[in-house]
Amino acid sequence: MSPTDSAVPDAATILTVRGLRKAFGQHEVLKSIDVDVRRGEVVTLIGPSGSGKTTVLRCLNGLEVPDAGIISFTGELNVDFSAPVSKKQLNAMRDRSAMVFQHYNLFPHKTVLENIIEGPVQVQKRPKAEAMKEARELLARVGLEDKENSYPFELSGGQQQRVGIVRALALRPQLLLFDEPTSALDPELVGDVLTVIKELADEGWTMVVVTHELAFARQVADEVIFMDGGVVVERGHPDTVLRDPREERTRQFVDRLLNPF
Amino acid sequence: MNINWDLVWSSLGPILVGAVSGTIPLALASFGLGLLLALLVALMRLSHNPVFSGVARMYISVIRGTPLLVQLFVIFYGLPSIGLTISPWPSAIIAFSLNVGGYAAEVIRAAILSVPKGQWEAGHTIGMSRRQSLVRIILPQAARVSVPPLSNTFISLVKDTSLASLILVTELFRQAQQVAAFSQEFMLLYLEAAVIYWIICLFLSGGQSSLEKRLDRYVAH
Repeated sequence: MSPTDSAVPDAATILTVRGLRKAFGQHEVLKSIDVDVRRGEVVTLIGPSGSGKTTVLRCLNGLEVPDAGIISFTGELNVDFSAPVSKKQLNAMRDRSAMVFQHYNLFPHKTVLENIIEGPVQVQKRPKAEAMKEARELLARVGLEDKENSYPFELSGGQQQRVGIVRALALRPQLLLFDEPTSALDPELVGDVLTVIKELADEGWTMVVVTHELAFARQVADEVIFMDGGVVVERGHPDTVLRDPREERTRQFVDRLLNPF
Repeated sequence: MNINWDLVWSSLGPILVGAVSGTIPLALASFGLGLLLALLVALMRLSHNPVFSGVARMYISVIRGTPLLVQLFVIFYGLPSIGLTISPWPSAIIAFSLNVGGYAAEVIRAAILSVPKGQWEAGHTIGMSRRQSLVRIILPQAARVSVPPLSNTFISLVKDTSLASLILVTELFRQAQQVAAFSQEFMLLYLEAAVIYWIICLFLSGGQSSLEKRLDRYVAH
């Protein structure tokens, strides 16, 4: 952290984001966003579409490069985007987290097992036998031990997303990022995936989740951040933000989700 | 029309020799080199560097905008006048490779673009460089899409190698021409050549089908 920064992270903080800005052309998507995530914490980002919540997530994983701001992991990796950032730094930052995508983005030409070990074996250069053993254990944990030789097209959406989660876990990241992980699923499959995510939270995984599932946020999140128009409107404990928000915009958004018509 | 079957059988030998030692190796070598060139040109065309994409665009435009026969003649009959003499076989391989390179580059570019952006992003999130994502994630998926159009290119190439007869390469059609000139049986010999080209292309179509079937194993039907 730079000495001028007001926020001093405590020892358990693994991610600190300060003043994150991003514009696409003339359109400012993020206007100075701050986020802190402590080890084992679940932070959920909620907000209307176009509010910038997915862009925050994508910046954390290096899928978008912010225009300004600081992203630091456990204080030791400090990336300041107000100056040009080296590819090495970007990759170091990217490797701290792993993304679970809304549309799963599994590799269609690889089997379930190959999807999972691709990163550990090809990128992290871990021994293949060890990566396969770990992949099978993870698959068993999400109830897909009999699917390791299936191709993604042979699985339901919920199963594909669970493979997506396992693929992220197999990278052993410090931080899991979920980008609307259940938005593309049929309603009856949402529960399975949310249950898996909740179990990971209970096991102590640190995660940032972009979601529209308020019930999930209320049960699982340690902090809810409500964004609108590229700024954080309100943040706090889910009981406060979702049940008794201070801001009118938050209240309207939560009302609309709870009573769509 | 009386068919001179003796001539059909006696000419089959030289014509098949032409196919096996001329047409087929010429087509294979040119297609292999042409594909490598096409991949390079496709990547240059997709590059954000304006010099790379400009050069690639220009190359594709020239190759597609000029007749293959003219390209062949420029290389074999034209270059010697500026002091560069290339013998028939290398001339033919250069011309055909450059030609395949131009057409297949557009096929490969389109196939790469047909792979959803999310696949690049998934490669990125598991820690791959762009190069790794391209080789391990994108190209295998692009290959499936490009088999039918690239098969077209290959089949066209096999037939186009007959043009090499005009720069003195001993291949299928040149052999047929020589027997025809000697025996004066033009209709018979040219039809015989046509049938053999057709049979080669039938095999290639069969190969295309089985390749497509193999690459389709991971797609829902």
